[in-house]
Amino acid sequence: MPRRVEIRITGLGGQGVVLAGEILGRAAVYDGKHAVQTQSYGAEARGSAARSEVIISDEKIGFPKVLKCDILVAMSQSALDKHLKDLKAKGTLLTDEDSVKTIPKTNARVFRVPATRIAETELKSRIYANVVMLGAVITITNLVTKEATEKAIMNSVPEETRKSNLEGFRKGMMQEFIYPI
Amino acid sequence: MTEKFSARKYLRYIKLPFCQGCGGLTVMNCFLRAVHELSHKDLSTFVFCSGIGCASWIPSPYFKADSIHTTHGRSIPVATGVKLVQPNLNVVVFGGDGDLAGIGLSHLIHAARRNLNITAIMVNNMIYGMTGGQVAPTTPLGAETTTTPYGNSEYPLDATRLVVAAGASYAARWTTAHHTRLKEGMKKALKTKGFAFIEAVSQCPTAFGRRVGLKTAADMLRWFKENSVSIEEAEKMAEDKLMRKIVVGEFIHREFPTFTDTVYEVMREARNSA
Amino acid sequence: MFHFYEAELIAAHRYKHRLYLKPTTKIPTPKKEAPMTQAAPQSTHFWQGNEGCAEGAIAAGCRFFAGYPITPATEIAEHLAKRLPQVGGIAIQMEDEIASLGAVIGASWAGAKAMTATSGPGFSLMQENIGYAFMTETPCVIVNIQRAGPSTGQATKCGQGDVMQTRWGTHGDHAMIALSPNSVQEMYNLTIRAFNLAERYRTPVVLLADEIIAHMREEITTPQLKEIEIVDRKKPKRTEKTFFGSQDIPPMPAVGEGYNIPVTGSTHNETGHRYTADPIVHRKLVERLVGKIERNADQLIEYEGYNIDECEAGIISYGCTSRAIYETVELAKKEHIKTGFIRLKTIWPFPDRVIQRMAQNTKALFVAEMNLKQLFYEVKRAVEGTVSVFPINKIGGGEMITPGELLSEIVRRTRNLD
Repeated sequence: MPRRVEIRITGLGGQGVVLAGEILGRAAVYDGKHAVQTQSYGAEARGSAARSEVIISDEKIGFPKVLKCDILVAMSQSALDKHLKDLKAKGTLLTDEDSVKTIPKTNARVFRVPATRIAETELKSRIYANVVMLGAVITITNLVTKEATEKAIMNSVPEETRKSNLEGFRKGMMQEFIYPI
Repeated sequence: MTEKFSARKYLRYIKLPFCQGCGGLTVMNCFLRAVHELSHKDLSTFVFCSGIGCASWIPSPYFKADSIHTTHGRSIPVATGVKLVQPNLNVVVFGGDGDLAGIGLSHLIHAARRNLNITAIMVNNMIYGMTGGQVAPTTPLGAETTTTPYGNSEYPLDATRLVVAAGASYAARWTTAHHTRLKEGMKKALKTKGFAFIEAVSQCPTAFGRRVGLKTAADMLRWFKENSVSIEEAEKMAEDKLMRKIVVGEFIHREFPTFTDTVYEVMREARNSA
Repeated sequence: MFHFYEAELIAAHRYKHRLYLKPTTKIPTPKKEAPMTQAAPQSTHFWQGNEGCAEGAIAAGCRFFAGYPITPATEIAEHLAKRLPQVGGIAIQMEDEIASLGAVIGASWAGAKAMTATSGPGFSLMQENIGYAFMTETPCVIVNIQRAGPSTGQATKCGQGDVMQTRWGTHGDHAMIALSPNSVQEMYNLTIRAFNLAERYRTPVVLLADEIIAHMREEITTPQLKEIEIVDRKKPKRTEKTFFGSQDIPPMPAVGEGYNIPVTGSTHNETGHRYTADPIVHRKLVERLVGKIERNADQLIEYEGYNIDECEAGIISYGCTSRAIYETVELAKKEHIKTGFIRLKTIWPFPDRVIQRMAQNTKALFVAEMNLKQLFYEVKRAVEGTVSVFPINKIGGGEMITPGELLSEIVRRTRNLD
């Protein structure tokens, strides 16, 4: 893994993008790495643009914001349209297959993940799309270990949703049908 | 109650700051008598919080007790902090109508809503006395003050009924012309578990009376007596007849769990589950 | 009271129908990592800045919190509402920020270490009581998580525009202590320090943080509680009678301990009795209150320094903005510009001396902050024209000044100076 990786997870308020970033950062700390997670959100609790940024590094992190990211996760079309320009050349892009219909031309490695669909069909609620996506991110990038992420999920979500969140995460990790375009 | 009443044993100084004829002195006297009759030998179990204004000088620094003289209108928030941390102390707030029903009104309502177990004594002289006689939220309609030279265009606030509606455990209004009942009301208020409110309608001949044709304390007390109506009488009177009357009496007396009861109950539960 | 609609009373039946819920018997278990207990060993967490602040307060001995919801400080109130009762403390939500600080002041006089947390608009409302706490020497901690003002501004976005409000917000002569954290670890450490300074100097202390540091999550190591230095207010001896000034920092009794303390925001002598006309009493009191902070500036001031005595370009920054300076120093090396920095952990009292020290051996000073020049003028005042001082400012959208932006300004200015 490279010395420093910058990830931006984007979507709409209510999709759990901030929580996904929190879990990722916490997992990195459990793996003994340095991590910073920041977020940006609108005044509305639901539906406005939301983003979560994570920097994972072997060294102490100074500037905490992500200006150009190595990995971009887009959970909505508007989020992708807004943030694609900040993805580094040959970066990694993951989109939610159902929410993002058009992917502009890019030299990134693109993965379309049916995160919302898996959450809806297998966990009966789209609120778990974020952890499904997180599973896919980790399978593709090996940013953090599975064990650390599971521990991070346990310590980040309310007790009553732990089981479903873990299940969603594992479903995301098992996706064989994650395919580069 | 074998010992004879003496205000001196409760006072730090004998020289008091009130103008001649001020009703504040009556309120102070009633309060200390109430304390005496409740067998408090001193004020060591009391904490007094007051804000800014003539009435705030009643306890601070004259009472030989812990007293916190706060910013204008903020005596109730400070009392909230004191009572929550030291729930066994008797926390008493003194304030004027400007302090408690003007700038600090929201705190009064919320303390009543929380049923914070303190006693709040509002000395209502219908005017901002310390600053020289400006209109207050309790000034009668039409009254001339320094800031309403053509007469007050606003209706006065009924603070007692307001705290009853907000959830107080005890609320009573008396005037300084009813000093025995005022004292008895204070005794009940001090014994009440929960938010207790006393409105003491009080004369200010200096800043209010002389502008409305009531030049002396005696004039004002006569006016209070003649215009006071008990709650029972008021119930039978038509609304227009009640204009310019002072309805006096005990408005509410009830007991239910107080704010500190609830807060400490939550704390016990949280400690056990942690 | 002269205008009644009718004499109908709100009768006791109101009570029967009023909504009163029994205190909840089941307290929700904390969502995040297990609460720290006395026995907790040193441990590493991934916490939000506001959580770090709240846990720091608990570690410092805070047992009373009163606040009012405001973005971006609300998480402190939420966290303490859950945690304080578990450790025997009280957290309440008051009707506004004025009442919040009022309750904190009352709690402090009742003997508790107490705190409130807010953001710019609420901080403005607290200013009168901040002056009261200063005048009455009431130890308390006020956390201000800065956001972009003025007014409601950009309520969810970061700003650093309250630096001068913190120093001069309340009326009359006064001195303030304000600390500025730049990491989640420091949200924890400096909250503890804020309590320690409040208790040691008997004065309100402001933790002047910002939205980015408050909402950022980062790794943080909490030490064992017994390893943390905790300062408690000096209590009086039984015979003592002066709690307001026969010493620089007088002992402080609590109400209910039998000292009959008269606390007042009016000018008072050492026993607490008011003197509202005597020039000597006023001078003596206010000069002592200001002096106890100014004279102890060396103990109060903390900063992080790098190349202070040997840099071409010196950066002065604080809070979230200072997170950019570490990378700027590295980037500047590649441009062959030797850069140093002073990162302020204490903003007030202002560290004149170290700034002057840096000014002696540098070509230019750069003051980077997320406002339209506030600490900039303070740096200019401190260096008294001995060196050029350049502002680097950015506001809006919560966008930080990036290392690249800092670098380009430093390159531009230092090359022009040659």
